[in-house]
Amino acid sequence: MFKGRDVLAITDFKREELEELFRVTDEMLKYAKRGLNLLEGYVMATAFFEPSTRTRLSFQTAILRLGGKYIDLAEVSRSSIAKGENFADTIRMLDSYANIIVVRHRIEGAAKFAAQIAEAPVINAGDGMRHHPTQAMIDLYTIRKFHGRIDGLNIGVLGDLKYGRAATSFIYGVTLFSIRRLYLISPEPLRIRPEVRDYLELKKINSVEESLLEKVLPELDVLYVTRIQKERFPDPTEYEKVKGSYKITKSLLERAKEDLIVLHPLPRVDEISLDVDETAHAKYFDQARYGVPVRMALLKLILLG
Amino acid sequence: MRVRKIRDGTVIDHIPAGRALQVLRILGITGMEGFVVAIVMNVESKKLGRKDIVKIEGRFLDLEEVNKISLIAPTATINIIKGYRVVSKTRVSIPDKIEGILRCMNPNCITNQPREPIKPSFLVVSKSPIKLICEYCNQLMVSEDVVKQLVGEL
Repeated sequence: MFKGRDVLAITDFKREELEELFRVTDEMLKYAKRGLNLLEGYVMATAFFEPSTRTRLSFQTAILRLGGKYIDLAEVSRSSIAKGENFADTIRMLDSYANIIVVRHRIEGAAKFAAQIAEAPVINAGDGMRHHPTQAMIDLYTIRKFHGRIDGLNIGVLGDLKYGRAATSFIYGVTLFSIRRLYLISPEPLRIRPEVRDYLELKKINSVEESLLEKVLPELDVLYVTRIQKERFPDPTEYEKVKGSYKITKSLLERAKEDLIVLHPLPRVDEISLDVDETAHAKYFDQARYGVPVRMALLKLILLG
Repeated sequence: MRVRKIRDGTVIDHIPAGRALQVLRILGITGMEGFVVAIVMNVESKKLGRKDIVKIEGRFLDLEEVNKISLIAPTATINIIKGYRVVSKTRVSIPDKIEGILRCMNPNCITNQPREPIKPSFLVVSKSPIKLICEYCNQLMVSEDVVKQLVGEL
């Protein structure tokens, strides 16, 4: 199911495949801090053309824990791209060195293009505002871990639903399960994009668009909060209008269900106040921690089956 | 009204009313090429209510031109005329995948990057009304966008 395949969009996967990934992740949890020797001799290339902390480091940690090694394309200013090498040639080079390539790029469709060029499997670690499939895998795993299921839940996604690739991939990801209702909560200018709306219609997802979190908060089992993606606004004045338009605080969460979990792909800016960290709702640090075992499971499944 | 028969050439029939000039624009026919061209617009049609017809003497179409026509005139039929006789009659059909003809509207799409060996490619998600999605970045393209790109503002 997984061996040798590319990971470009969460929608390329079936529910059963994600369930298999989650089962392997459960096993990997034991090894996330001490490692095992499954991938000795394997080399993973990380090529991040856009800044990344968590995703890059967790992929690198994952391969190291599995006994493999990684090579990392240096910052653009220090690599051959600074000399004018195009993307296709860079990918061809990495393909000749590595067993698997992890790509992040500001240009949309870059990972798909890389997958066409490379023989080695390609993992999309984020392309512009479109896809971030491995983040969605981590998000769904976290929900399953704390609620024991994804089916039947009321799931809210709050924030920048237009430019945020993590939010978009998460929305696509929940369509693979039989959730009860999807609440899309955002200021008007940051609503989901037309192609995402079409997809939700096609999949007959029970979803509702909402501007005020307060109105729907008591219904929610999961609240997925995202950062407003300042760097992707074509017009800075548009960003000024919506920045700081929502903030989750401890007192606000008093109106929520007791077992509501709050997720965030991180980094956060000021959309979740620090006093939320101490509540039982805050699961975003666990979510970040699962980044390594989920990616270990994914690398194992792609490289070994 | 009668338009004389052509000896060798192409008759494009069942064009949605009002689109004949756009079809000529797609074919790059301005009238300065010297072909005999007949344009009939807004005539009655059993199938369409009203339709346009274009007859071009001495000109045949290639596959890319036929595909382009299918995008703005999906009901069109193309008759090839040789020696005053119809030798073939085909209805255009929108392909499931469109490669190379259109540009993705998203400037941030990989297919719009200079110096990358890549061709734009779209999946047809709806044929009527036409709706395409970029295979690389998932940007949607609707009928008006397609017409605008193929024929510009008329």
